[in-house]
Amino acid sequence: MKARQKRFLFIAVGLAAVGLAVALVLNALDKNVSLYFTPTQIFNNEAPQGRSFRIGGLVEEGSVKREADGLTVNFVITDRHKSIPVIYKGILPDLFKEGKGVVAQGKMEAGLMRADEVLAKHDENYMPPEAADALQKAEIANAASASAVVPASAPAVIK
Amino acid sequence: MAINWFKYSAPTTFYSLAGKLIPWFAVAAAALFAVGMYIGFYIAPVDYQQGEFYRIIFIHVPASILSMFLYLIMAGYAAMGLIFNTRLSAMMATAIAPTGALFAFISLWTGALWGKPMWGAWWVWDARLTSELILLFLYLGFIALHASIDDPRRADRASALLAIVGSVNVPIIYFSVKWWNTLHQGSTIKFSGTSMHVAMQQAMFIMLVACWLYAIAVILARVRSIILERERHTKWINELPEVKHVA
Repeated sequence: MKARQKRFLFIAVGLAAVGLAVALVLNALDKNVSLYFTPTQIFNNEAPQGRSFRIGGLVEEGSVKREADGLTVNFVITDRHKSIPVIYKGILPDLFKEGKGVVAQGKMEAGLMRADEVLAKHDENYMPPEAADALQKAEIANAASASAVVPASAPAVIK
Repeated sequence: MAINWFKYSAPTTFYSLAGKLIPWFAVAAAALFAVGMYIGFYIAPVDYQQGEFYRIIFIHVPASILSMFLYLIMAGYAAMGLIFNTRLSAMMATAIAPTGALFAFISLWTGALWGKPMWGAWWVWDARLTSELILLFLYLGFIALHASIDDPRRADRASALLAIVGSVNVPIIYFSVKWWNTLHQGSTIKFSGTSMHVAMQQAMFIMLVACWLYAIAVILARVRSIILERERHTKWINELPEVKHVA
């Protein structure tokens, strides 16, 4: 084997070893690397007890209620399986909307999260408003025709 | 016809080739930046969720892509320098680092400017943002390590190892939004295509090409100065018209 082939082998093996080590470390730290817990994880007691953490999901539709002071907001974060009610006093980001992504940080108190920070999480789709409207209409039309064809006994499919 | 691939791997020939290429890349980059900015800011429609704010994407995404690709290219040159012991490879790696660091910085900076109005935070320690910050530190570490060792050949070898080890971080940045839950959204442009509106896609693609051309022009200019500096004791450098003129 020539010297340069030896060096190549050394680099290739070294890089593979480093890659493996990093993969193992990240795998072990999986929970620490993730930014937030889902409501389902909280119900499974995977979230830390007694200290501040983040929960992420969608703002449940129809759940946003403002209190009389105009600053305190109640809403529910859901992952379509489980839901966690949240109370937050402060200014919400512009993209905070029912049915959209949200990440709230705070402490749990008797099944309720008292949040001190609420961030909006938007999706990766970019389109003009007209296209978004058209998509939404098509979805509604699709859902209507699908429910007409599928018998009522068929299990509901949740995306 | 046999092509002599190694002809331009010699600093002697590459120096003049780079000199001839730079103006073309620079002019093309400037033209495409103008076109891309125009399409991005005037022709592309507003976004249904983010309104006008999303337009920073035309700088943010190309800068992020460049910061990751340039790192891999830099690590590739560094590895080539170690394996084949070619002088030019290490010089290329050294020339790429500042431009890569610049793009990583732009990516983080525009991301913060975008995050505040949309997410509600300048910065969160999520996997995507943190791994991109580590990329910036890897670039800075590479530059610092190379600068701290006086003998350039030893500096090349030490910093090459850092560059190669650090390349593990690039796939982590790319897949971070998939592997963990993050505040940063998933990839808009996937291997399977994109859901983006056509004018937005065009603006982003043109800006991406413009960034590439700019990066190539700047890197070639930088590698020329590095060649001049490191080969200053050789005969061919002292026979260059521009060097003779100064001397």
